[in-house]
Amino acid sequence: MVELTWVIPALPLLGFLLLLAFGRRLGDPLAGWLATATVGGSFAATVVVFLGLRGADGGDAHRYTQTLFTWLPAGGFSVDVGFLVDPLSITMCLFVTGTAALIHLYSIGYMHGDEGFSRFFVYMNLFVFSMLVLVLGDNLLLTFLGWEGVGACSYFLIAFWHTKEANASAGKKAFVTNRIGDWGYLVAILLTFFALGSITYTDIFAGAGGLATTTATAIAVLLVIGAIGKSAQLPLYVWLPDAMAGPTPVSALIHAATMVTAGVYLLTRMNPVIAQASPWVSTTIAVVGAATALFAATVAVAQHDIKRVLAYSTVSQLGYMFLAVGSGAYVAAIFHMVTHAFFKALLFLGSGSVIHGMGGEQDMRRMGGLRALMPVTAATFIVGWLAIAGVPPFSGFWSKDEVLLFAWEKHPLLWAVGLVTALLTAFYMGRLVFLTFFGEPRWRRAGTHPGGEAEQSAAEVADDGGGATSTATAVTAVAAEQEVHPHESPWTMTVPLVVLAGLSLLGGVINLSFLSRLQVLEHWLEPVVEAGEHHLDSSSGVKLGLAVVATVASLVGIGLASVLYLRRSAADRPAEPDILLEGWHYDQAVSAFAGGPGRRFFDATTWFDRHIVDGAVNGVAALIRGLGGVARGLQSGYVRSYALGVAAGAVVLVAVFVLRGVAL
Amino acid sequence: MSELLRSYLTVAIFGAVAILLVSSLLGLGSVLRPQRAQGGKYLSYESGVDAVGTGWAQAEIRYYIFALLFVLFDVEAVFIFPWATRLEAYGAFGAIEMGIFIVILALGLLYAWRKGVLRWI
Amino acid sequence: MTLGLLAQAGDGVAPIDTPGVAWSALSPILVLIGGAIVLLVVGALAPRRSRIGWHAMLTVAVAGGTIAAVVPLWDRVHDDGPYSAVASAVGVDGFSLFVTVVIAVAVAIAALLTDGYLRREGLEGPEPYVLMLLSAAGAVMMASANDLIVMFLGLEIMSIAVYVLAGLHLRRRRSGEAAVKYFVLGSFSSAFFLYGVALVYGATGSTNLVRIARFLAANTLADQGLLIAGFALLLVGFGFKVAAVPFHSWTPDVYQGSPSPIVAFMASGVKAGGFAGLLRVFVATFGTYRLDWQPVVYGIAVLSLVVGAVLAVVQTDVKRMLAYSSINHAGFILIGVQAATDEGVTAALFYLAAYTFMVAGAFGVVTVVGRRGDGHHHLDDYQGLARRQPLLALVFAIFLLAQAGVPLTSGFLAKFYVVEAAIEARSFWLALVAMVSAVVSAFLYLRIVLVMYAGAGDGADTDPAAGRPRLAVPAAAAIALVVAVAATIGIGLVPDPLTRTARDATPELVAASD
Repeated sequence: MVELTWVIPALPLLGFLLLLAFGRRLGDPLAGWLATATVGGSFAATVVVFLGLRGADGGDAHRYTQTLFTWLPAGGFSVDVGFLVDPLSITMCLFVTGTAALIHLYSIGYMHGDEGFSRFFVYMNLFVFSMLVLVLGDNLLLTFLGWEGVGACSYFLIAFWHTKEANASAGKKAFVTNRIGDWGYLVAILLTFFALGSITYTDIFAGAGGLATTTATAIAVLLVIGAIGKSAQLPLYVWLPDAMAGPTPVSALIHAATMVTAGVYLLTRMNPVIAQASPWVSTTIAVVGAATALFAATVAVAQHDIKRVLAYSTVSQLGYMFLAVGSGAYVAAIFHMVTHAFFKALLFLGSGSVIHGMGGEQDMRRMGGLRALMPVTAATFIVGWLAIAGVPPFSGFWSKDEVLLFAWEKHPLLWAVGLVTALLTAFYMGRLVFLTFFGEPRWRRAGTHPGGEAEQSAAEVADDGGGATSTATAVTAVAAEQEVHPHESPWTMTVPLVVLAGLSLLGGVINLSFLSRLQVLEHWLEPVVEAGEHHLDSSSGVKLGLAVVATVASLVGIGLASVLYLRRSAADRPAEPDILLEGWHYDQAVSAFAGGPGRRFFDATTWFDRHIVDGAVNGVAALIRGLGGVARGLQSGYVRSYALGVAAGAVVLVAVFVLRGVAL
Repeated sequence: MSELLRSYLTVAIFGAVAILLVSSLLGLGSVLRPQRAQGGKYLSYESGVDAVGTGWAQAEIRYYIFALLFVLFDVEAVFIFPWATRLEAYGAFGAIEMGIFIVILALGLLYAWRKGVLRWI
Repeated sequence: MTLGLLAQAGDGVAPIDTPGVAWSALSPILVLIGGAIVLLVVGALAPRRSRIGWHAMLTVAVAGGTIAAVVPLWDRVHDDGPYSAVASAVGVDGFSLFVTVVIAVAVAIAALLTDGYLRREGLEGPEPYVLMLLSAAGAVMMASANDLIVMFLGLEIMSIAVYVLAGLHLRRRRSGEAAVKYFVLGSFSSAFFLYGVALVYGATGSTNLVRIARFLAANTLADQGLLIAGFALLLVGFGFKVAAVPFHSWTPDVYQGSPSPIVAFMASGVKAGGFAGLLRVFVATFGTYRLDWQPVVYGIAVLSLVVGAVLAVVQTDVKRMLAYSSINHAGFILIGVQAATDEGVTAALFYLAAYTFMVAGAFGVVTVVGRRGDGHHHLDDYQGLARRQPLLALVFAIFLLAQAGVPLTSGFLAKFYVVEAAIEARSFWLALVAMVSAVVSAFLYLRIVLVMYAGAGDGADTDPAAGRPRLAVPAAAAIALVVAVAATIGIGLVPDPLTRTARDATPELVAASD
């Protein structure tokens, strides 16, 4: 059964090719159903392979390599296209294909009526294929191929409605920022090859123990740079909030459940190398993760756009995963990745349902009281909210608790930052839920709403192309006079919500921490992460205490949110601090630098390129042209000249041969 | 220098002398004689008679074709004669081999016949 | 009864011992020649014009039959090793079988292209196909020759048929010019070749390649002059056939003048035969003397690469451009020859196989664009082709990019292997010149692609496609182009089968049991 591994990426690839050729003809909704079917089939294949892998016995049994063909037979450096199926990759495949299938189903309803309907599913299937190649690849280069593939698809999908300049810019921003990280990854591949002579994971596992510390450190640092770019950590997170310009299912799939987790996956995959590196590398990862988590949480508190809140929330949760990786808690990181996929996808899809029902409105200040009008959406959204807030027994509680536990063991300060972030998470998510679903409906009001003028000017600033993180950048804002008719979404959209809600509620069972026997995920992933996994040595009393403190923090956050946003009416609420709204002005700082001193540097390099580099190239071309023009005179057209040429050549040849070979 | 090349040295010297002689005589002539270009000097010589018409005349293609066919089958005959003198020595193998040879050329003749090449007009 | 008489009369004469002929070894050649004769006879008896192109179909069938005949031979060579037949005059080894298949493919593609061409020009008849099959038989003979005389025989059969093919278009002056030029220069260089054979015979005492190789390995010549001069002259003969500088001057004129589908065959099949002979004689037979001939081949390769690339850049006629580019490609294959190692031979074989599809396809497109009269080959005739007939332009672009060596096409791998062989043989400067010439020649391929896709600007008023008629792509030509494109991209994506086959095809010279 494990031999069916190749089917897992093959089905989405097939879907991509079929939709590329016939998508336009199939149209709405057949193209969507075809795409969903391929990804659903991929999920089924994953389950089959998973069962086959689980059933295998023996020491090394939980690892299966399937090589398809040799891709680059370049002498000593030979790269095969092969798949490595082991606990880590199959776990990733399971939730990737599962959530992707649900999101594809959702998209059929969400994208209905859009003129790019089939094009959307072409990109989505290609994305799923790339992600599966990333996860299943058995060597760094194949993973990199998938890495680049998801980056490219992310660009296509963010800039899906590319006729609007802001959307196209967002896509470019995502791609360029990712590129900076990709450089790190590429150099890491080269270094790994030089150090170990191979880039397949099995060889890296075997040889990592023998790496010199400096080499391992260098490789680890470069990989972290790559992961920072892909997983939107400080300082390369700036693309993720702007990426909300894309359709909501894209945000759900790519920026919540799959692509952004690729960085964490890479670090987990290379954990033997990180374990071999200097200790400051892990500490740096943990610090970056914690800082990012806190930073993003503070910004999320003040956002008005529902999707932007979720975007910053994603950055923050990814910070948690990095914190886990840095603390040696790879299992916890993967656990949190899985649960985060469930509830974040749920939250995004739910917000998409709200936006769909509100006719395109994304500003929370113009929502309210939707609970009665969109009951399924509201109920599932609340489930997701409680999960992300870390309220037991939802899945988020178990995974976040694991992360905080390992953070405590790493350093109490990191734990404290994580705790504050948890509180803020509960707070801002509560704010979102209360503003959207509870309270008075603010959407029949015409003309007057808070911050109207600021919105206008912000919109103008955004049109100038400055990278301001204002809320009105990519929002198709509903005109104040337009009537909205909020309604519940069709079954294609609500069924995935319900399924994800169930998973968010029950997902914690895969790794319940209070009983060793129930830590299914930890035992399952053990062979993959044993080199780098840190082993806990806190007593169960400490564990219980930390869990209680975390729960209390979540409840405090929810309480604060309810006080500020549920009880008080709109006029009594405190205004959101501007500095938080603008994301600590980080994005503007980057733009200012790029526009000012950066621009002058770019102009200088352009001049150099145009005159010196291009001049050299053009000069060579002109030289060749000249030579050709002169030499063509030899081709006179007369047979006698040709024959003379042959004879002369023969004479020269004989002379050369004889003079060289014979001693005179 | 090797034996082989030494024997060719004579040939090379001979050739060089020949070229030298001819070119020097011609060169001497072109240097010494007066250069006065006149139209009449460049007409083609036809035993004193004025040239009429162009230098090109069209040959009849039929002669060429028949000559070609003749050469082909004449060479065939050339191959058959020696074979015929030692017929017994070649035995059955040789007979069949020559038979195939003749048949192939006969097929060629068939092709030529069907293309209308054997007609004089 | 006649045989009985013969037997009786021959009592007093001792019968000559005829060599055992392993007919299986000759089966590819026999299929080709037999097919040619059958086609000639049937073509003579049947009407010349017909709606179905059964001449072409029969030719493709014969080519397919050749490949089918190769398969059991290949298996036998794989199991028992190479062997020779007809008193060690013809050798059957992986190398000759590989080249046989390449030539058969070239014939098939060229035949499919010729069908539509002849119909368009009003030149129907079996002659082109018969001549192509015979030429292919000669080329196969060159590839399997174990004797210099047989090599010469194959060379002449191949060449003379091709000379006639070059002049096939009776109404075009250029075609006749091409034929005469090719014939005169070809005979000239065949004379050099023959002289070289004579000198080698004088130096080693035999024309059989196996015996020569053994002789050279076992003895050191006191006076090498004869042998070395023989090398030089043999190189002249082969060099002419494969269009290596300085024996290349016929190539632009002949390629430009000959009918385009014939050029497809010339550039692929004839070159394959020429290189097969070159590899067999120099790498396999004169391997012990490689230090003598390698530097000269090095020089010729460099010249071919440079001349082919530089002169191609200033051309405006597409057929001439492709002719110079084929000189450039010959330079690349010569790099593989120069390496004189197994990797070099493998690389050269891979290049020949990949190149056959690329160049035959390219000339196929040229045939279609030529229109009636086969005269429209200027760069302007390709302007805006992508808008008028996007598929045709795409196919041509693929062939051109493959010839440039773009990854994901077979051309990239072909160039890569050849350069890799050069580097392993430590000919670094040669590899460098090869890559630089690849860059220069990339210009000429890209220029054609650009002209096809960019056209004359953007406006609909200056649309060059407006006044031009739609080019008719005959069904057979379409099939040939599709096969060629599929092979080019297929080999580019999955090169392994071809690489392995080429690796198995290193020439070995085996004598018959004597």
